[in-house]
Amino acid sequence: MSTTPADVLSVAQLARLRIEEAALDDVTERFGRILDLVAQLQQVDTEGVEPMSNPHDMVQRLRADAVTEDAQRDALQRVAPSVEDGFFLVPRVID
Amino acid sequence: MSPNELSTATAVELAAALRAKTMSAVELTQACLATIARENPVLNAAITVCGEQAIEEATAADTLLRRGDGGTLTGIPLLHKDIFCTRDVATTCASRMLENFIPPYDATVVSRLRAAGTIMLGKTNMDEFAMGSSTETSVFGETRNPWNIHCVPGGSSGGTAAAVAAGFTPLGTGTDTGGSIRQPASLCGITGLKPTYGRVSRLGIIAFASSLDQAGPMTRTAEDAALMLQVMSGLDPGDSTSADIEVPDFRANLGDPISGLKIGIPKEYFSSSLEPRVAASIQAALVELEREGAELVDIDLPHTDQGIPTYYIIAPAEASANLSRYDGVRFGYRCEAPTDLNDLYERSRTEGFGEEVKRRILVGTYALSTGFYDAYFKKAQQVRRLISEDFNTAFETCDVIAGPAAPGVAFGLGTKTTDPLAMYLEDIYTLSVNLAGLPGISVPAGLLDGMPVGLQLIGRAFDEATLLRVAHRFQLRTDHHLARPVPTAVNP
Repeated sequence: MSTTPADVLSVAQLARLRIEEAALDDVTERFGRILDLVAQLQQVDTEGVEPMSNPHDMVQRLRADAVTEDAQRDALQRVAPSVEDGFFLVPRVID
Repeated sequence: MSPNELSTATAVELAAALRAKTMSAVELTQACLATIARENPVLNAAITVCGEQAIEEATAADTLLRRGDGGTLTGIPLLHKDIFCTRDVATTCASRMLENFIPPYDATVVSRLRAAGTIMLGKTNMDEFAMGSSTETSVFGETRNPWNIHCVPGGSSGGTAAAVAAGFTPLGTGTDTGGSIRQPASLCGITGLKPTYGRVSRLGIIAFASSLDQAGPMTRTAEDAALMLQVMSGLDPGDSTSADIEVPDFRANLGDPISGLKIGIPKEYFSSSLEPRVAASIQAALVELEREGAELVDIDLPHTDQGIPTYYIIAPAEASANLSRYDGVRFGYRCEAPTDLNDLYERSRTEGFGEEVKRRILVGTYALSTGFYDAYFKKAQQVRRLISEDFNTAFETCDVIAGPAAPGVAFGLGTKTTDPLAMYLEDIYTLSVNLAGLPGISVPAGLLDGMPVGLQLIGRAFDEATLLRVAHRFQLRTDHHLARPVPTAVNP
C-alpha cells in the first residue's frame, strides 16, 4: 500500500502537527516504510483471537467515591505558560 | 575506599562501609559528585545535577547512620532518569516540550526511594519521551558510551546506563517500554531489570505507552537490583494498574542454587538478526548456567518476528493518546504569539516535539483513525495475545527463558539516526517481553573487542525473584559484571 503526501497531511491535522512543505516527501517516505513494516501483521491468522489491551487481562480497580485530595490550583498552575486569576489563558476563541 | 574502588563498589558494599563508619554518606556523595564533574562533560549522561540538595540529604543520612537508624539504602546515592517527576527539580523527558517543567509532586518511585534514605544526585539523559534506542534524540544532545565515546550507550535509559557504568552512582532508575532498561544495560555492561507490568507504580512517570511502561533498577549487580526493586515495588492506590499482589523478599533466596531449574532457549532468538560473535558470548554464558546445575531446554516462540510490527502499532497508538495532553495550555512549551487556538496547539506541538516523537504520534494517530482501527490497532492487540500465549506455552516446559538482550554491541554515534527502521530492530529481543507484561533482566556476559554484551533472562509474571536468583548465581560464578571502562577523563 503506498502512502501519499495527502494522507500524511490529513493524519498530521488530526494529530495537531504541522509538516513543512520542504520536509513532506521525507516524512511521507518514512511514514510509508513504517506502515509497510506493520503491514506484515495482515499475514497472521487472528480469527477468533480476543484482542489484548492489558498484559495480565487485569481490570482497573475502582476507588471509593470520596474526596482524597485538597485543591492545589496554585501549585499546579505554577507550571502553566499563561494564567490569570486562576484561569488558563488561551487566544480568543469567540469574537 | 579509594576513588577507584568507589566507582566499582556495589550498594551492598557501600552500605556496609557506611555502617562500619569507614566513610560517611557526605564523603560518598562528594566522591560521586566529583566523578560526575570530571566525566560528565564528555559523557553527557546527567542533565541535572543536584549537588547542594544531595549534600543536604547526605548530611541527614549521616545523622541517622550515627544513631544506628535507617535502612540498607540510607545514604546510598542514585540518579533518576529524567522521566520521573521530581518535586521542585526540573523533569524534561529530554524534550523541548518540557524543558522548563518543574513538577509539583514526586513520582511514587521517587518518593519510595527517597523514604528509603537514598540520596538523589540528579537526573539522567534519555531519548526524547523515551522513544529511541540510542539516547541520541535528547534535546540536550546525545549521551556517549563510557566504553567507547564514539558509540551510543543504547536507550532510552542510556543516561542512567552510562552513569552507572562510568561510576557516577551505584544505583539508577530507568523505564522500559520496549527494552529501554535492558538494551542500554546490555550496551553499557551493567545490570538492568524490567519488572512485571504492574509490579512498580507508574504514578508520576511521564507516560509513553501505558500498557507497556514499567520502571526498574539499573545497577552493578543483581543483588543491588533486588535491593532497589524491594523499595520500588508494591500496590499504589494512585496507579490503578499497579498490581495488588504480594511483594516477596527479593533478597531472601538470592543465593539458593539453581540446580534443576529449567532454562528455555528460544531458537528464534538465535536467528540471522543476531551478530554471530554475540551469539557465541551468549552460548558461553548458557554453558556457565548449565555448570551451575540448570538444565537447558529448547523452546519455541513462534511469533517472535511479529513482535516489532505489533509493538510499532500499539506503542505509537498509546503514545499518540498520551501525548495529546501537550497542547501548550496547562503546562509545557507554548509557541510565541499564537494567532488562534488551533495555531497555539499546532505550533506548540510542532516546535516542542522532536522528529521521532512526531513520527510516532503520526503512526499512532493513523492506526487509531476511523477506517483503520480494526486493520491496525485491533489486529495488533490480537497478535499481542498470540505473543503472550507463546510465552505461556514456553513456561509450561521451563522456568526462565534466556537469550541475548540486543542483537549486537554498542554501535557508532549517528549510524542509525537516519533510518528509523534500523533503530527499531535494536529491540527485537526485548519488546515482546513488554507486550506480554513479563519481567526481564540484562546482565553483563563479557566483552567483544572491549564492548559489553548482555545476557537477557525472562521470567514468569511476578516471578522477578527467580530471575534475580539466576542472575545472582551467574554473577557469583563469573566476573563479567566487575569489568569497568577506563575513565574517559584519563583516556579520552
